[in-house]
Amino acid sequence: MERKLMKGNEALAEAAIRAGCKCFFGYPITPQTEISAYMSKRMPKVGGVFLQAESEVSAINMVYGCASSGIRCMTSSSSPGVSLKSEGVSYIAGADLPCVIINVMRGGPGLGGIQPSQADYWQATKALGHGDFQLLVYAPSSVQEMADTVTKAFDLADKYRMPALILADGLLGQMMEPVAFEDVDISFGDGSDKEWAARGHNNERKHNISNSLYLKPDELEDRIVERFKRYDVIKANHTEAECYKTDDAELIITAYGSVARIAKAAVDAARAKGIKVGLFRPITLWPFPEKELKAACANAENVLCVEMSMGQMIEDVKLALECKKNVEFFGRTGGIVPKPSEILAKIVEMTQKGAE
Amino acid sequence: MLNNPATIITGHYGSGKTNIAVNLALEFADAGEKVCIIDLDIVNPYFRTADFDKLFKDKGIYLVAPQYANTNLDIPSLGFDLAALLRQYDRVVIDVGGDDAGAIALGQYSTVLKNFGYDMIYVVNSFRYLTSTPEEAIELLRDIELVSSLKATAVVNSSNLGVSTTAEDVLGSVEYAKAAADAAGLPLLFTAAKRDISVPGTKAVDVFVRPFWEENDIEE
Repeated sequence: MERKLMKGNEALAEAAIRAGCKCFFGYPITPQTEISAYMSKRMPKVGGVFLQAESEVSAINMVYGCASSGIRCMTSSSSPGVSLKSEGVSYIAGADLPCVIINVMRGGPGLGGIQPSQADYWQATKALGHGDFQLLVYAPSSVQEMADTVTKAFDLADKYRMPALILADGLLGQMMEPVAFEDVDISFGDGSDKEWAARGHNNERKHNISNSLYLKPDELEDRIVERFKRYDVIKANHTEAECYKTDDAELIITAYGSVARIAKAAVDAARAKGIKVGLFRPITLWPFPEKELKAACANAENVLCVEMSMGQMIEDVKLALECKKNVEFFGRTGGIVPKPSEILAKIVEMTQKGAE
Repeated sequence: MLNNPATIITGHYGSGKTNIAVNLALEFADAGEKVCIIDLDIVNPYFRTADFDKLFKDKGIYLVAPQYANTNLDIPSLGFDLAALLRQYDRVVIDVGGDDAGAIALGQYSTVLKNFGYDMIYVVNSFRYLTSTPEEAIELLRDIELVSSLKATAVVNSSNLGVSTTAEDVLGSVEYAKAAADAAGLPLLFTAAKRDISVPGTKAVDVFVRPFWEENDIEE
């Protein structure tokens, strides 16, 4: 397959178009602005819509409207902008509508900084908006995966009628790597086969209404319980993770996204020193690949969670392992990217402690 | 070629501009020239010339960068006197931001550059998505020339797929680069290939711009 050199942001945007995204609503913010810039160039050429909204809040509400019609649509932003979108995301989840949201994370809280970060893990997996709901969350760790996960995100969002989020970071958005695009079969067409879509009833069927307001508690509870049954199906069928040299590993590193790439370099360096260490990389953050992690840690006593934050995913790691393993943490934050040597030093420290 | 005091590097972002700029600056310095390199990228806060300040210091190359490069302040502020730098240094290498968006920053210096004399290199990469045909490459070149009020004087072929670039990839791109240069009416100055894949007929360059996990900071 023909390979092109692309930025993560560009590859993601191109893959979205190929996955049938017809409408993109954006607002610029570093380090994800290339997504909007790319969409503005490409969407008019493929008969799609690029619209720069007046704010992140409007962009997500345009997504809400567009998703109601069954058309595949997307918005993207970076951390502070994603916070602004949270109300809209909750409404979309409450109305059971599919869409894709991109967060190319930068440092926070507040305006934070413009360098890469992973400090929005909690926001993405636990609470991007109020209420009982989850988002599908993918964490790509290469430019190729930026493209591949966006296709999966659109497919699963449609299948389960829920918003999906790609949680990337400034490094992945900005770096360039070769990428190849697979031909995607977009069998859903223009969305007209979605029986729930509000796109004109022609007096031939009852109204379809997109709504998240249920004033009768029993009715609201029924909706939420039904939604969580769908979540159970997703948890059982759609967890994804990569295992790297975990088979004989006595120490397992858990890391996602760009940091997993750095951790991999540290694993290779540790292996060269004869330390049995492996990497477990969640690709879906929600649902968290619990059974996969348990299996990967079967022979390991120690787990090291590495993140570009003060430690957020570590909680899901501990929950998945039911606190049966010793889980330690190494992280850099505020836009500082950990170096392979720093992770290696922590590996060596944990190994020596174990030997004593 | 490249006999003028200013060497300007332009191109599509991701074409390999910064890497070519750093290589040329080092080459000029090795040849005994007093070199200044200007990071004129006011568009992209990641992967830029200013990342190599230590390398430049070691080689005696003076680095000029936007005032807030590599900080968290997203302000594209430039504060230097180009004419003074051109008087002071044998060679000023200017690494311009990507596309016409990045080249806008160059326009304000066009008069000074015309007065002192410049070579303007247009870097092409056949593997980049929006410049993968000679026609697309020329379309972008014209946009860059328009906003910078300067004319390109040579094409450099930096076609690459990052770390996984093979000799075949580089050789296969030469026709594309020649076609682009011909269409632009410019000479193809050279085709660059990273040093570890020796490709006959190309100029060996070192790869400075690379992701964090490829920076081997681990001592054996």
